[in-house]
Amino acid sequence: MPKMNLSHFEAAILFALFSSIVLGVITKRTDSERLRYGLRCFGYFVLALIGLGWLMHFGHG
Amino acid sequence: MPSNDSNPPADMPSTRSWFPAVGLGWLVPGAGHFLLKRPGRGALILASVVSMFLLGLMMRGAMFQPQTGDLLTTIIYVGGFVGDLASGLLYLLTNWLGYNQPDVAGHVHDYGTKFLVGAGLLNVLAMVDAYEIASGKKD
Repeated sequence: MPKMNLSHFEAAILFALFSSIVLGVITKRTDSERLRYGLRCFGYFVLALIGLGWLMHFGHG
Repeated sequence: MPSNDSNPPADMPSTRSWFPAVGLGWLVPGAGHFLLKRPGRGALILASVVSMFLLGLMMRGAMFQPQTGDLLTTIIYVGGFVGDLASGLLYLLTNWLGYNQPDVAGHVHDYGTKFLVGAGLLNVLAMVDAYEIASGKKD
């Protein structure tokens, strides 16, 4: 099995991407709604990631 | 007066209508959607869950083994095991072929473990979706 080393950011972005795809696919009723919901989820994931990253940055001093 | 009738309510879908899609969806992620003639959605679920699971393995993530003890230990280890198990054939093949790796310290391995559980949990969502489609609650 090949080994992979990802940074925190890369791993979190990939997690957000796959989760958003599945959340988009299973929730809404039309394809355009699914696409918009998936993109919105991904955006929220990235915002939360950046926000929590800065929070930890300031929290650690 | 409470009824002791063991039959399901009339609006409850029969097991025969949803079990094949949900069971197949557990075994192979997205396969339930393929069975229900939703190939596009099935392909997206398959690609996402398999990619997430394989990335977890390549990051040398560990599979949870069910352990009991205090409440938090039980929740984490039994919950993690159920999450891993929800990946179906991917989980079974990983164990049968010996790709299950020991738990080691490090952020990459830790992410790998979470990717493995996350893949299973996404498959649970896909199985619920397949159930709703098969039982006519959703298009």
